[in-house]
Amino acid sequence: MSQDRVFEQSEHRSVQGVETEIEVKDFDLWYDNGGFQALKHINLDIPKSRCTAFIGPSGCGKTTLLRTFNRMCDFTEGVKTEGTLKFEGQQIFEMDANALRVRVGMVFQHPNPFPMSIRDNILYGPARMGKLSKEEGDEICERTLTEAALWDEVKDNLAKSGLALSGGQAQRLCIARALATEPEVLLMDEPTSALDPISTSIVEQLMVELAQEHTVVVVTHNMQQATRVADKTAFFYRGNLIESGPTVEVFSNPKEQRTQEYLSGRFS
Amino acid sequence: MAKTKEEYKDKKMMPKGQLESVGLGLTGACVAVVAIVVVALIFMVAQQGLTTFFADGIGFGSFITGQNWIPSDGRFGALPLIVGSFSVTLLSTLFTLPIALGSAIFVVEIQPGFGRKIFQPLVELLVGIPSVVYGLIGLTVVNAAMRSIFGAAAGTGAGILSGAIVLAVMILPTVTTLSIDALAAVPNAYREGSYALGCTRWQTVWHVVLKSAMPSLMTAVIMGMTRAFGETLAVQMVIGGVEKSMPAGLLDPAATLTTALTSGLSNATTGSVEYHALWSLGLILLAMSLFFILIIHLIGSKGAAKHD
Ligand SMILES: Nc1ncnc2c1ncn2[C@@H]1O[C@H](COP(=O)(O)OP(=O)(O)O)[C@@H](O)[C@H]1O
Ligand SMILES: [Mg+2]
Repeated sequence: MSQDRVFEQSEHRSVQGVETEIEVKDFDLWYDNGGFQALKHINLDIPKSRCTAFIGPSGCGKTTLLRTFNRMCDFTEGVKTEGTLKFEGQQIFEMDANALRVRVGMVFQHPNPFPMSIRDNILYGPARMGKLSKEEGDEICERTLTEAALWDEVKDNLAKSGLALSGGQAQRLCIARALATEPEVLLMDEPTSALDPISTSIVEQLMVELAQEHTVVVVTHNMQQATRVADKTAFFYRGNLIESGPTVEVFSNPKEQRTQEYLSGRFS
Repeated sequence: MAKTKEEYKDKKMMPKGQLESVGLGLTGACVAVVAIVVVALIFMVAQQGLTTFFADGIGFGSFITGQNWIPSDGRFGALPLIVGSFSVTLLSTLFTLPIALGSAIFVVEIQPGFGRKIFQPLVELLVGIPSVVYGLIGLTVVNAAMRSIFGAAAGTGAGILSGAIVLAVMILPTVTTLSIDALAAVPNAYREGSYALGCTRWQTVWHVVLKSAMPSLMTAVIMGMTRAFGETLAVQMVIGGVEKSMPAGLLDPAATLTTALTSGLSNATTGSVEYHALWSLGLILLAMSLFFILIIHLIGSKGAAKHD
């Protein structure tokens, strides 16, 4: 990726008048069969082909909301939801969960490459959907690894174990793996919190680039990261969505006092 | 009464120093005892077992490949016993593996609550049952079942198949418990990664969970095989104890290295050729168990290297 391209992209793009990819309306979520409400009446539009950041202190429900977008919350017992959650106009909770996850990819906080070769990691998703010829496999590997800015480092050694990569490389492999099913949305839960500063900045650049053609939703602990990568920012506090809007506005001119306090570092 | 700092330090340091050396001495002695026992054991079995070939003039080749084990005739062909041992071991593993793996998948991936609280304790109960009880049950249930299923072909019902079935039940808890541990040790992050790519539960189990647990699963299988290979009493009670010639089929009564060793011991006088030949059987058993352990270690170190 060339330097000037990155510069151009890091300018925030407008989120007004953009099609909504994921729509959250009056959404509540409880854990422990209703014993604990983790999300309270959330209303939020995730704009298509933009990068949206979720910020807020630990335990405020960012991960919880993110994991409803691809129904990973199905695996937690005792989760109850109410309200509307739509992906491209379809009710998320009425969709086939596996089909949904092919279209809504996810990258986790801790890089989790499978204990198999880089190539097998990438082709894991596509291979489950149908038989692949060697050429198709090669093509997917090159495309996704290039998109994830890892191709140059591993192209001569695709047979190497995914576990043998450094943390930053492993996370980029996970991004490539998620891209292999050609998802429309990419959910990232604190994707850089386990990475060193250099890897972090590479992954941040990736988020910006990927948001050209994908809808990216990133949970981050790091407010600067949100200002660097996100077109839209949503601030959560104790299960409430306090404020959301264009990143520039939320950071330079927050409407809510809670947001002001958080941004100025009065609590974290 | 006030002590100087030096005195205090001396008082405190002395017993500490002694404790260090006593501790070192005691634990070191324990290690030495274990090491001596292991070495002495291997040495003794090797020495006695090799006498057959070096002093009694029986060729190692003819011992291993000879098809008749008739000590009273001076015929020491251990092949029927080796074949007996390997067939009951492999067959019992074959019977046990799918059941152990299936229940491990159920317990770890599908119903962890039921699995951990009810199923696993139940399985572990099987470990504590003495061999002779398995033999007794085998004798009355399995051999009778063989007779009613295969009729005249099964003879008394005693044979390799009966031995393998009894062994399969005996190694089931070992293989199941170790398989459960193997699957439970697979990081949840692998499962989440697979689900997040749109994979179903079975795709996830098959392509990620079993694949990453493979080294540990193989260890589980080999542990089961080691147990099956070395089991004596229960097998002896159901296999029929025919040593003199090669079994022709799975329903044929046969013998294993362990059963022949046990039954031969009552007739062999110390120092006789027959006596030494029994030690040679022991030597083969020992070599096999060392071999099994070696494989487990190889798998272990390979698995460790992969996870680095
Ligand atoms: N599986 C769960 N069961 C019960 N409570 C949970 C579970 N996961 C998260 N929570 C609770 O829900 C709240 C929000 O958690 P989370 O979404 O992980 O916060 P964040 O990602 O913003 O740090 C926290 O109070 C947390 O303790
Ligand atoms: Mg979180």
